[in-house]
Amino acid sequence: MSLVSYEEALASYDPVMGLEVHVELGTKTKMFCGCSTELGAEPNSQTCPTCLGLPGSLPVVNAVGVESAIRIGLALNCEIAEWCRFARKNYFYPDMPKNFQTSQYDEPIAFNGYLDVQLEDGEVFRVEIERAHMEEDTGKSTHIGGATGRIHGAEYSLLDYNRAGIPLIEIVTKPIEGAGHRAPEVAKAYVAELRELIKALGVSEARMDKGQMRCDVNLSLRPNGTEKFGTRSETKNVNSLRSVERAARFEIMRHATVLTDGGTIIQETRHFHEEDGSTTSGRIKDNAEDYRYFPEPDLVPVAPAREWVEELRAGLPELPRVRRARLQAEWGLNDQDMQSVLNAGAVESISETIAAGAPADQARKWWMGELARRANETGTELSEQPITPAQVARVCALVAEGKLNDKLARQVIEGVLAGEGEPDQVVEKRGLAVVSDDSALGAAVDQAIADNPDVAAKIRDGKVQAVGALVGAVMKATRGQADAAKVKDLILEKLA
Amino acid sequence: MTDLIKYTAAETASAIAKGEVSAVEVAQAHLDRINAVDKKVNAFLHVDSEGALAAARKVDDKRAKGEQLSPLAGVPLALKDVFTTKGIPTTCGSKMLEGWIPPYDATLTRRLKDADVVILGKTNMDEFAMGSSTENSAYGPTGNPWDLTRIPGGSGGGSAAALAAFEAPLAIGTDTGGSIRQPGAVTGTVGVKPTYGSVSRYGLVAFSSSLDQGGPCARTVLDAALLHEAIAGHDPLDSTSIDAPVPAVVEAAKMRDIRGMRIGIVKEFAGEGYQAGVMQRFNESVELLRELGAEVVEVSCPSFTLALPAYYLIAPSECSSNLARFDAMRYGLRVGDDGTRSAEQVTALTREAGFGDEVKRRIILGTYALSSGYYDAYYGSAQKVRTLISRDFDAAFAGVDVLISPTTPTTAFPIGERADDPMAMYLADLCTIPSNLAGNAAMSLPCGLAPEDNLPVGLQIIAPAMADDRLYRVGGAVEAALNDKWGHTLLEEAPAL
Ligand SMILES: [Zn+2]
Repeated sequence: MSLVSYEEALASYDPVMGLEVHVELGTKTKMFCGCSTELGAEPNSQTCPTCLGLPGSLPVVNAVGVESAIRIGLALNCEIAEWCRFARKNYFYPDMPKNFQTSQYDEPIAFNGYLDVQLEDGEVFRVEIERAHMEEDTGKSTHIGGATGRIHGAEYSLLDYNRAGIPLIEIVTKPIEGAGHRAPEVAKAYVAELRELIKALGVSEARMDKGQMRCDVNLSLRPNGTEKFGTRSETKNVNSLRSVERAARFEIMRHATVLTDGGTIIQETRHFHEEDGSTTSGRIKDNAEDYRYFPEPDLVPVAPAREWVEELRAGLPELPRVRRARLQAEWGLNDQDMQSVLNAGAVESISETIAAGAPADQARKWWMGELARRANETGTELSEQPITPAQVARVCALVAEGKLNDKLARQVIEGVLAGEGEPDQVVEKRGLAVVSDDSALGAAVDQAIADNPDVAAKIRDGKVQAVGALVGAVMKATRGQADAAKVKDLILEKLA
Repeated sequence: MTDLIKYTAAETASAIAKGEVSAVEVAQAHLDRINAVDKKVNAFLHVDSEGALAAARKVDDKRAKGEQLSPLAGVPLALKDVFTTKGIPTTCGSKMLEGWIPPYDATLTRRLKDADVVILGKTNMDEFAMGSSTENSAYGPTGNPWDLTRIPGGSGGGSAAALAAFEAPLAIGTDTGGSIRQPGAVTGTVGVKPTYGSVSRYGLVAFSSSLDQGGPCARTVLDAALLHEAIAGHDPLDSTSIDAPVPAVVEAAKMRDIRGMRIGIVKEFAGEGYQAGVMQRFNESVELLRELGAEVVEVSCPSFTLALPAYYLIAPSECSSNLARFDAMRYGLRVGDDGTRSAEQVTALTREAGFGDEVKRRIILGTYALSSGYYDAYYGSAQKVRTLISRDFDAAFAGVDVLISPTTPTTAFPIGERADDPMAMYLADLCTIPSNLAGNAAMSLPCGLAPEDNLPVGLQIIAPAMADDRLYRVGGAVEAALNDKWGHTLLEEAPAL
């Protein structure tokens, strides 16, 4: 089936989106038991009667999980429930030990908020938040045999319950209307902003590649100029920012194609495919699906004291958008430069380098130049480079002290990245210190003057710009280890 | 030796502490008794002779070393098979859990072990505690020691029968709608449903989480109090556990003075369906309470008539969710896993084979009651009734210290009589259910034999939440006065097995 183009789709239809984001909290223990949440452990080694759902076991709420949920709610400008309960969401799946998920239903901990997100052109779009609620993660199934890696057609399945019971916060937007052709961009910007927010709060690392943050994209189209929402599709587990944008874009085109053809959209879940950015049909989700929610009788209601909520509000960190504006001003950047810093994911590295004593322009120069290039080449995150902001700051300090020049500094950075140790050790091992010993330098300058009498004569005659040739000769002789400014001063002094 | 099985728990503990008898001798006497009579009674699903004797030896060692013994050290106990026991089978009376060996102890099990109580084994029960006769056990019915052709009550029929058959001086039950008190009533023993939240539910395999409550069963009020103090108290592993001191129930059981107490008769618990002999003994108890110096008045709790239907919506709803975990994936029975069937098919076949009719009936009822579109009409309305019942209790307790009623409308009925009539079976819990819905405390103790069938009648005492001591104060006084009147305990009239 060939799809109508994105432009054609938008010419006739208006997209409405709903985004559901699950965030795994970084608590030390699970939501309802004392098991560790550490990733990468031996399958089923981090389990107990409660998270295995053994007969007789009972849940106990993780207070840090509740605190994190409230802080997320506050940061999303939500109201915080004075009293709310957990609810059981009843459905069957082998990786869910109790065959119900302990979640929240009509009494979420946080509700009615919003998140302002900045689009690439600087426009601010407000995404309204319906609710943020607490729940537990399921175990993980690995289906062996069969072509698709899904349960159907598999020969057998392996179940790992280490993830079962890890605290999740589900953040649900209200229908996002009015984004028009920018809907995919809004979706991506929202998830990106939410991720920054979660990280700033310190409640989760929010690594999408590790499944710590997962996004479902609900999308429907309605004919331009109409009010009533169309039937939606739910694209599940879209796990990168880029994929969120692509999934929304694909679904807009797919819906438009079906609708233009006179067909109807089926309410269903869909799987997103990274390879080609398409989605395929998953489970048909008619309204008959009934989770038989009821209040969890094994847990007492959560009733956060107002004073505590206010204390948490007062203790919120500076939120990403506010912080970015402040840093932009402090670093003296224009919008475009700030945007490239953001796009490169360099904000943290730069600000930490500055905090370690480097001047803003120097810190930005290294991270946006040398290091960004390297990250790009190796396809890694900037923050994952084997060099710390403190090390970059030390290199900047050595330059400021005149012990390194720009060229040498680059070599020191290279050495640190190559695992040769701290900047000072690299300087020592590679013998990279600037030659500033006046006698040694004086000899090199004298030699250069002697070797280039014509140039020397020009300079004596007042053609000062000719000094570059002599500086170059000295630098060559000292294998780049001289301080060029100093060399220039020395030459001019001798030829004055 | 045979006398040892007739000792009360208090007497047993005292004899062991004084060195008059060893804990091993006591344990062995009870194991012998079980060996001799349990083929007829079928109170036990699993007897742990080895574990019991080892626990008894530990008590004897402690005593030999001069260590301080706990108040129930060395006293044997029969544990309802609904509490998990590490390394010992726990079936809940169901085929579904046949062969399951729990990897952990329930908090209650742990506390019993810590108190050096000697656990003899696990007792029979209606499957997953659903029933009032123990006929719903997948492992055959338990006989009532007063008449083996009659039911011992349920769901905790095994625990009550073990007491009445002198197989153990103490037992543990769970009470969701009367499963401790009704078996106590029909076997002539004492059963207490403590305030909801006062005995930990961690390790109690859930039937209906908001109603289930573990509690003590014994042959005397004092023994029940001793056991109550051993098992009650806050447990951080149970979120619904109450973090407050346990009322001084042992002290209350020893008071034997109820002068000046105000006692209310629940007007609604009488009339059609109540056996004449039951009402006769109940009315005599009322007179006795007056003689003992209490002021007895009649109170009305109009919402109690709605308790039974509300209960049969709430309990099945919660059970439909609690029992969903029995899916053949991780433990227990697995049927039809021949490599050709899907997980769903294996689950369906296992549930078909593993659950009995009553359990299936309640899962279906509860699944329906929770369905979208029906939730408000059923589960929602039932929760409102629950609030009304609590208000009735509050109003009543504003004027009286405790309420009383017959524990159950009739004496023990013959095995099989109500097996095909669930509604008739449900009526056995008419008087006990309101306390579960309100979460307060209630006791049943023997108050005589019904003249028409010579079977035990239970007197129910109900106290406000966290006033469990009042049950023991009234119960202890009534028990003492009745034993004085009879010249012996009621169980001495039970026929020999
Ligand atoms: Zn766990």
